[in-house]
Amino acid sequence: MRLTQGQFSFLPDLSDEQITAQIAYGLKQGWALNVEYTDDPHPRNTYWEMWGIPMFDLKDPAGILMEINECRSTYPRHYVRVTAFDSSRGWETPRMSFLVNRPAEEPGFGLIRQETAGRTVSYTVRSYSADRPEGSRYA
Amino acid sequence: MGAVEEINGGVMDAKERYKSGVIPYAKMGYWDAHYEPKDTDVIAMFRITPQEGVDAIEAAAAVAGESSTATWTVVWTDRLTACDVYRAKAYRVDAVPGTGAGTGKEAQYFGYIAYDLDLFEPGSIANLTASIIGNVFGFKAVKALRLEDMRIPVAYLKTFQGPATGIVVERERLDKFGRPLLGATTKPKLGLSGRNYGRVVYEGLKGGLDFMKDDENINSQPFMHWRDRFLYCMEAVNKASAATGEVKGHYLNITAGTMEEMYERAEFAKSLGSVIIMIDLVIGYTAIQSMAKWARKNDMILHLHRAGNSTYSRQKNHGMSFRVICKWMRMAGVDHIHAGTVVGKLEGDPNMIKGYYDTLRENHTPVNLENGLFFEQDWASLNRVMPVASGGIHAGQMHQLITYLGEDVVLQFGGGTIGHPMGIQAGATANRVALEAMIFARNEGRDIWNEGPAILQNAARWCKPLQAALDTWKDISFNYASTDTADFVPTATASA
Repeated sequence: MRLTQGQFSFLPDLSDEQITAQIAYGLKQGWALNVEYTDDPHPRNTYWEMWGIPMFDLKDPAGILMEINECRSTYPRHYVRVTAFDSSRGWETPRMSFLVNRPAEEPGFGLIRQETAGRTVSYTVRSYSADRPEGSRYA
Repeated sequence: MGAVEEINGGVMDAKERYKSGVIPYAKMGYWDAHYEPKDTDVIAMFRITPQEGVDAIEAAAAVAGESSTATWTVVWTDRLTACDVYRAKAYRVDAVPGTGAGTGKEAQYFGYIAYDLDLFEPGSIANLTASIIGNVFGFKAVKALRLEDMRIPVAYLKTFQGPATGIVVERERLDKFGRPLLGATTKPKLGLSGRNYGRVVYEGLKGGLDFMKDDENINSQPFMHWRDRFLYCMEAVNKASAATGEVKGHYLNITAGTMEEMYERAEFAKSLGSVIIMIDLVIGYTAIQSMAKWARKNDMILHLHRAGNSTYSRQKNHGMSFRVICKWMRMAGVDHIHAGTVVGKLEGDPNMIKGYYDTLRENHTPVNLENGLFFEQDWASLNRVMPVASGGIHAGQMHQLITYLGEDVVLQFGGGTIGHPMGIQAGATANRVALEAMIFARNEGRDIWNEGPAILQNAARWCKPLQAALDTWKDISFNYASTDTADFVPTATASA
């Protein structure tokens, strides 16, 4: 499967140049860029691991790309995403989020159906990657 | 244009004023050219078409009177109250540009009326509207009447819950940022069995849509009862979520004949894990407020279909502007509302729609006559409402849609998804690719208004479904003149 979270997952994987252009857009809006990674991309797994804290004071797209690339080379088989945080009043939330790395093999998710009263089914989405202990997934 | 001359206002001696009989509304105290609205006043602006021979100021005073304390004749019981406070005050009347003598159109006037806050019950749209649009629209002295805009004071806004979820929290819950959300209404809207209906939902969501949607009139009919629909739709939603790794949703329409039935359907949707439910505008203001409270309490996004609004919002001389509906619905607490597409099949002038979208999404809107915003409005941190663009739109218009509507909007391609020649999944994928490619290009700094078609063609080179969509709908546009347009654009459109 192909995980389609993020703003640009239906496009071909982004080049460094394309990532830089998107970072430049976020910086121009005054947002702080952040890099996060995970080996469990469950749709409700909100808190991916942080690659440092959001880069509030780094305004150079090339510098942020360097951080992305360091994260990618450390975790080549993880999902890596870039998030842009807007601190302005009334937003105070991510305004961009897009994937910049994905494992070569994406096992995807199973759907567990627990049949309950009547015809009602209780659904659970389960990450196949989470079958293994954290850190040894996508090995 | 300019303020209409005061011709029959003026203060009367109290004894004279309260003598039994009939006196003009303006003289009863419903007109005060020197009144300065307080920060806590509710202000309404009406487009007034007086009957022949009825003076504009008297007509405005009559509207003020009939929407507040007045009756047709003098009553002495007014004198038991602080009646000066409770009387609404018409304080400004302007001739509408392009109407009246010499224009070939009957004279219309913009009348501004201020209401003291104590006239209204806290947190009740029903009470607010019972005054503002209660009796007055049938009043004989005016030939036609339209509520154009309102200024809701912060003090009153703070008595309303506002949107149950709001744009910020909706996006956080769905984990979707920086692009419009994508949806589609299941078609045909009537007649599918639950099993067949869920098929359409699954195909659309798996192909790349974020939401699928019930239509306004799909409730619980002989061909598909509501529980069946809910069960099959949630199977489709969860299966698509597992297939893509994304949070997905289907707006389950809980509209029903009684509140008890609506609560029952909402509870069932919640028990099945749905992230969103849907109601129709026709259920009424109180029912909408009740469902908004329920939605806040149960972590549910609340989608509102504006079914019925065009019966009173479309014609320019009578009824009310949709921007007022937007204001009331933000106060009432819905999270989504259909607010126009500009380019699609339903009524929508670009300037007017900009006014609606700003009203729904901004925390503060300044006066903007071109966009139909007659008042500065501070939203007092009520959540933002996500507008929904739906009706006759397709992937080939993506650059226009994003230019007009921005990124905090749900773009709904019903026919544009389900009518795709390669199937529903392909239709959904075409829309998602077009959307992502256009946001990507916009962020890169490209001029999407002019380069849009080239950007789409370029993406279609590696995305066959998009190519097929562009080929199928390349000549489809809906170019009809709007009926509801601004009175203040340099390029005319005076009055319909």
